Amino acid sequence: MTHQSTMLRLATAGSVDDGKSTLVGRLLHDSKAILADQWDAVERISRDRGLTGADLALLTDGLRAEREQGITIDVAYRYFATEKRSFVLADCPGHVQYTRNTVTGASTADVVVLLVDARKGVVEQTRRHLAVAALLRVPHVILAVNKIDLVDDAEARFLEVAAGAAEVALGLGLADLRAIPVSALHGDNVVDRSATTSWYSGPSLLEVLESLPVGEVSDGEARLPVQLVIRPQGAVRPGADPDFRGYAGRLDSGVLRRGDEVQVLPSGRRTRVAGLWLGDRNIEEAAAPQSVTVELDDDIDVSRGDVISAVTAAPAVREFTATLTWLADTPLRPGARLLLKHGTRTVPVIIRALTGRLDLDALEQHATDVLSLNDIGAVELVAAEPLPVLPYAVSRHGGAFLLLDPSDGNTLAAGLVAG
Amino acid sequence: MTITLASASSGAVTTSSAYAAAGSARHTPLTQLDLLEAEGIHVIREVAGELERPVLLFSGGKDSVVMLHLAVKAFWPAPIPFPVLHIDTGHNFPEVLAFRDRTVEQLGLRLVVEHVQDWIDDGRLRERADGTRNPLQTQPLLHAIGQGRFDGVFGGGRRDEEKARAKERIISLRDDFGQWDPRNQRPELWNLLNPRHRTGQHVRAFPLSNWTELDVWRYIEREGIELPALYYAHEREVFERDGMWLAVGPHSTPRDHEQVSVRTVRYRTVGDMSCTGAVDSPAATVAEVVAEVAASTLTERGATRADDRISEAAMEDRKKEGYF
Repeated sequence: MTHQSTMLRLATAGSVDDGKSTLVGRLLHDSKAILADQWDAVERISRDRGLTGADLALLTDGLRAEREQGITIDVAYRYFATEKRSFVLADCPGHVQYTRNTVTGASTADVVVLLVDARKGVVEQTRRHLAVAALLRVPHVILAVNKIDLVDDAEARFLEVAAGAAEVALGLGLADLRAIPVSALHGDNVVDRSATTSWYSGPSLLEVLESLPVGEVSDGEARLPVQLVIRPQGAVRPGADPDFRGYAGRLDSGVLRRGDEVQVLPSGRRTRVAGLWLGDRNIEEAAAPQSVTVELDDDIDVSRGDVISAVTAAPAVREFTATLTWLADTPLRPGARLLLKHGTRTVPVIIRALTGRLDLDALEQHATDVLSLNDIGAVELVAAEPLPVLPYAVSRHGGAFLLLDPSDGNTLAAGLVAG
Repeated sequence: MTITLASASSGAVTTSSAYAAAGSARHTPLTQLDLLEAEGIHVIREVAGELERPVLLFSGGKDSVVMLHLAVKAFWPAPIPFPVLHIDTGHNFPEVLAFRDRTVEQLGLRLVVEHVQDWIDDGRLRERADGTRNPLQTQPLLHAIGQGRFDGVFGGGRRDEEKARAKERIISLRDDFGQWDPRNQRPELWNLLNPRHRTGQHVRAFPLSNWTELDVWRYIEREGIELPALYYAHEREVFERDGMWLAVGPHSTPRDHEQVSVRTVRYRTVGDMSCTGAVDSPAATVAEVVAEVAASTLTERGATRADDRISEAAMEDRKKEGYF
């Protein structure tokens, strides 16, 4: 195992009882990511409950209520590595009311592993999860057709389910969908290819995960939202310049090199990169997603919330349209005054109009005057200050924002800039 | 975009898309440690940028040492702009406390210590029958947070440590009573962190959320980070209890039937002496520890923490009450 390997972030999704936790447990177990004491605990509890075999779902269902109800309530994060790659896995619950957790998992995922029960096929939840994956532009989706051992004429059923999902995916404009017949319970095609599905000659789930290409965030225009102004003044560390003035932030995309011409948004003032620092190390170039500190040539006004970006970047705007996933119990109505967090800037915003709600069954947009929990809808909004937004289709970070409740700070919506 | 349907002979569905047209990478590829470091620094800066009075939990244990190292990098060449806090159980290893004080001195930090012993002495807390003081830290911790009016508390917790921790967000809201509600957590989207809260609430922030024990050790090796010596193999008087080697000391005395022997051991975690076990190990250097951890068949808590063996949900129950 090498720590030079690339890291793949995957999120699981599926309906209740599709066997998601079992699949994750199987993946962890068969890839030897479960240590002896964790396995002992699972076997002991399974025995105490009178089960004949070890219940793999116990490996991830960590909360008391989850164990009691036999369901997954909240996103759990797991880490495992094979010789080829290391993985961060977000195990997302399948309940209708917890779609927001799938949005959470998918927002950072390189791949979504979507489970369907071979006996039930594509259901409303499947369409919803495919829609979320498409909306958040998750690069890859793997459809794991689970419980394949429980259906007659498994081959025909697998093809039927895969065709159903592919039709939905096409309608949504999903980039990449692959289907694999699996049995999480027995381990068929999860890590090792199965002899019981001899009609299937494709790769196992893990083989696909190990070979998927990961997008390079360092592609695209340089973009660094400023988190802090670093000015040590009297309290400088030994050996450093007492007049140091740098801008700390994490590159969302692109590469910054010393000497590059940049602009500071929203003002649009131009200057050059005078220095780049990673801790006390002076570096020549920094690439997304590194956290660095940038020195600029000119003494211009830069503060938290500004974005240091390539000179080609589009100017900041106050009015734009966006797609929202509404995550709060209280519904959204036109005219709402909220806070919007984009990059490191938080500004007041007014929802000027609701222009539609996505009907996930018909996959059509319908007129609406309200967005409720888990609804996906289109809005027009106006911000108190110009924001350097990019279309989400162009930039996963430049086009993403949160809507917050001004009274308690709660996260109300995931927003994606249209266009 | 094209989606080719699965056919039984060709196997999985394959498609081509605009996404596949990835561009040119020309700089040195970032390693997993680079990515984890970038994320940790981002979390620390974002909390410092959004909140008024953050504080960093620092015990001298390896995770808090790595977190402090990230904080130094996050603000360099300026000093770390917040104090550090330690909840001292009174059962800590003396050499770890000495390391803590030395580190704080070197970095010019302000250290706030809340002593569990004070709480026991004046009757606000009672010693437990099993002698462990880890669960007793919750009240003093919440008290110190209230006294310091701290609105953001950095902790070194990692999701790979424990099942309940695996469920916690990087930024985790605590209510007016310091409680964690695992069923009502904020969605954490993209890299947009949201530490906003009402007065009276606070957030816990976990910059090392996505690190594993092995990542921590590889990072310690790469960065040449100093740790308390008991993380490396040394000879120590120990006795066996609950399948672990406990050190003979003022807070962990062997009972009549428990035999004392001198063994070559090291600690994988460092906490309360009365419930933190040592493991047999010849690993005397950081490279040897990395190799040992990579090959280990036990989790660090399974191998060394008696308090997590109390029940299946011991950590969840402590966390709900406001524990780290």
